[in-house]
Amino acid sequence: MDRRKFLSAIAVAGFGATITARGAVHVLSQNLGSQNGNPVDLVAVMGGNADEMFRRAITEMGGMDNFVKPGYKVCIKPNIGWDKIPELAGNTNPDLIGEIVKQCFDAGANEVVVFDNTCDDWVKCYKNSGIENAAKDAGAKIVPANQESYFRTVSIPRGKILKEAKIHEAILDSDIWINVPVLKHHGGARLSISMKNHMGIVWDRRFFHSNDLQQCIADICTLDKKPVLNVVDAYRTLKTNGPRGKSESDVVLTKSLFMSQDIVAVDTAAAKFFNQIESMPLDQVEHLANGQKLNIGTMNLESLNVKRIKI
Amino acid sequence: MLKKIRISIAVLFFTFITVYFLDFADLMPEQMNFLTRIQFVPAILSLSVIWIISLVVLALFFGRVYCSVICPMGIYQDLVGRIARLFRKKKKRFRYRKAKTILRWSIVAVVVVTFFIGFPLVLGLLDPYSAFGRMVVSVFSPVYILGNNLLEFIFTSFDNYTFYRADASIYSAFTFIIGLVTLLVIGYLAWKHGRTYCNTICPVGTVLGFLSKYSLLKVRLDHGKCNSCSLCELNCKAFCINSKEQEIDHSRCVTCFNCIESCNRNAISYSFAFGKSKNKEVKPDVVDEGKRKFLSTALLSTIAIPATVAGKVTGVEAANKLTPLTPPGSKGIKHLKDYCTSCHLCVSKCPSNILEPAFTEYGLSGIMMPTMRFQHGFCNYDCTICSEVCPNGAIQPLTVEEKHITQVGKVIFKKESCIVYTDETNCGACAEHCPTQAVTMVPYKGALTIPVTDQSICIGCGGCEYICPETGKAIFIEGNVEHEEAEMFEEAEKKEFDFGGFGF
Repeated sequence: MDRRKFLSAIAVAGFGATITARGAVHVLSQNLGSQNGNPVDLVAVMGGNADEMFRRAITEMGGMDNFVKPGYKVCIKPNIGWDKIPELAGNTNPDLIGEIVKQCFDAGANEVVVFDNTCDDWVKCYKNSGIENAAKDAGAKIVPANQESYFRTVSIPRGKILKEAKIHEAILDSDIWINVPVLKHHGGARLSISMKNHMGIVWDRRFFHSNDLQQCIADICTLDKKPVLNVVDAYRTLKTNGPRGKSESDVVLTKSLFMSQDIVAVDTAAAKFFNQIESMPLDQVEHLANGQKLNIGTMNLESLNVKRIKI
Repeated sequence: MLKKIRISIAVLFFTFITVYFLDFADLMPEQMNFLTRIQFVPAILSLSVIWIISLVVLALFFGRVYCSVICPMGIYQDLVGRIARLFRKKKKRFRYRKAKTILRWSIVAVVVVTFFIGFPLVLGLLDPYSAFGRMVVSVFSPVYILGNNLLEFIFTSFDNYTFYRADASIYSAFTFIIGLVTLLVIGYLAWKHGRTYCNTICPVGTVLGFLSKYSLLKVRLDHGKCNSCSLCELNCKAFCINSKEQEIDHSRCVTCFNCIESCNRNAISYSFAFGKSKNKEVKPDVVDEGKRKFLSTALLSTIAIPATVAGKVTGVEAANKLTPLTPPGSKGIKHLKDYCTSCHLCVSKCPSNILEPAFTEYGLSGIMMPTMRFQHGFCNYDCTICSEVCPNGAIQPLTVEEKHITQVGKVIFKKESCIVYTDETNCGACAEHCPTQAVTMVPYKGALTIPVTDQSICIGCGGCEYICPETGKAIFIEGNVEHEEAEMFEEAEKKEFDFGGFGF
C-alpha cells in the first residue's frame, strides 16, 4: 500500500516525470524536469554553505514540490553515527538537515521525522552532531532508534545475500524518505556514502559485517521503499580514518554537495570526487558495482545528464 | 513543629536522591550529586574534609539528624513504618529495649578491620547509603524504566517522541537478589522493629550515636514534669526512651521528635545541656564473661575469615583468563576495591549500559563492584560520567583529555577466528569503531583487508569487541590490572582542497 502510494505520488509529481531506461540499468529512477525543461539526473554543487548548496541543487531538480506533496509524512535519514561535533565530519552537516526539514514543510509536509541507528550512544550523537537542534528548530521530530522494538522485519526479495532485514518504522511508516549521507572514508566498505547510509535504517548491522559487507550494502538498497532523493553532504569530507575519524586532521573542507535519485550514480560521483583528495579506485568501493548489477542505478555517469554548478 | 520540619526536609532529600539514582536519561542537573557526597561513608572514603567536618559538627550540635534527614536508608525505614501503621489495627506500640552496645561496636570493628585488610565487602554491604543505592538500582530502576516505556508507548502512538524506550532488563540476577533481600530485610525490620537496623547493625549509626551522646542539642526529659506515663516510649521507634527510669539513650536517638509530639505534659524538649547531662548512662556494672568471649571471637574471626578468603581469592584471580575491566578513572583493580562500596550509581548512570556489577571477576572481596562488559555497548570516547558521579573517589574524576589516554585494557586480535580469515569477506567493523585506530585494516588478499592492532594507542574502550560479528569475538579487550597511559595516536596528514573540479 505504501509503495503504491509512493509510486503514484512520484508518477504524478513533476511535469516532466518519465520512467526511462537509460542504458541497461536505471529502471527505477524517475527523471524530473529542471527549470529549463531538460531532465537533470545528477546535480553537483561546489563552493557554498551546506544549506545554500542544497537550495541550488533542489532547484535544478525541479524544487522540493516534486518530491514532497501536501500532507506527506517525510522521513529524513542523515548519518548521525558518532558522538562528534560537526567540525569532525563524522556526521551529516546539521545546517543541511535543518534546510531540508524547512523545505519539506514549505512544500506542505505534514510531519518530518529524523533518525539514525547510531554507533555511539544515540542521545550523545543526536545532541553533539547538532542535528537534533537543527531538526527540532526547523520543526521536525527526532525519533530514537536505540531499541529493536522500533524496527520491523521486511523481506528483501532482490537481495543476493540479505534476504530480510529489520527496518526502522520511521522509514516504513513515511510517505517518502530522503537519504542524506555524509561523504566519508570507511575502513570496511572503503567509502560511506548514500548506499552505506542504509545501514542506519537497519537494526542488525552485524549480519552485514559477517556476510560480505559490500554485497549486503547493495542488497539493502534493493528495498522496495527507496529514498526519493539522495543528498550527499560533502561540505566537510572525512578523508582518512573513517568512518569515525580520529582528529580534525582527517577532515578536509570541500564545500560540495551531490544530489540524485540514482543512488549508484550519486555515490559514483562522490567517490570520484573523493579520489581527488585521497586515492580511491572505484573498483575498491565494491558495493557500487554490486549495486549496478542489482539494477538499482548506474556507475556510468556519461549516460546521465549531470549538472555541475560552482557558487 | 520540629517533627514537621524533620519530615519535610527528609522527604525532599529522599525524593531527590532516589530520583537521582533512577534518572537514566540524565535529566537532573549535575549538582545533584552533592546528595551522594554528603553521605557519611562516601565522605570519609573520598576524604572530603569539608563534608566530614560538617557531618561531625552536625552530630555534635544536633545529634543524629543525619539518620532521620540525610540518610536515604533511614528515611526508607520511616516510610515503611508509616505504611505499617496504616495496616496495623492497634496503634504501634514500641517498648524500651536495652542497647546492644557490644554488638554495635563489634560490627564497627569488623567493618573497620576488614576494610583495612583489603576486604571492603562488609563495609559495602552494611553502609546504608550503598545498600540503598543497590536497592534502587537493582529493584526500583527496572520498574521505573518499565513505567517510562509505558509512557513512551502511549506518547509515541500519538506521534509524540518526548519519551524514548530504555532497556528495563535486570543487570544480574545476583545483584537483583542482593537488592531485593536488602529491601525485604530492612523493610521487615522497619515494619516490625522500628529503627533496629540503625541502632544495632548500621556502623554509621553507631559512630554517629557515639558523637550524639555529646551533642549540644538533645531530646531531654524534664524530670519535674514527667510522670512516667510511657506515651513517649510507646512512640519511640528507636526504643531508646526508658520512661520508668526517665532515661533517654542518646546514642540511639535519631532525633525524630515523635516523643515531643506525643507528650501531654510538655515534659520533653529538644534543648541545650547546661552542665553535665542529668541522664544516667547505662553502664554494665558486672563484667560479663560471655560478652567478652563474644567480642574476642568476633574480632578474631573478623581478621581470620576474610584473610583466608582473601588468600583463596587471589589464587582464583590469577587463574582467570581475562582480567576484568575497571572503569576509567578507577586506576585499576586495587584502587577500585579499596574505595568502592558498590552503591551502583555509576551502573545506573552509564549511558552506554556497559557498567555492570561484577560477580566473582574481582574475587569474593570485589563482589558487586562495577566492571565494564561490552555485550550491550562500548565505552564512549568522550564520556566521563562514571568518574563524575562516583561519591567515594573509587572512580576518580577525569577530564576528556585524560580519558583519551587512560588505558583500561588492551586489544587482543585472534586472526584465526576473524571472518576475513575464515570466510574471506570484508568486514572492518572493529576498525570502524576504534577511536584511536589502534585497530586498522591492512591489505590482505586481493581487495580484502584484515585488522592489525597497536596496543600502545589502545585505550580499551571495547568498540571492537562489541561490534565484532564473530560470536566468539575475534577481537577483544584484556583488562589492565592497573590502568596505564596510552600513547597519543599519530594524526593524519592535513590536506587542503583546491576547489578545482568535481573529478567526474
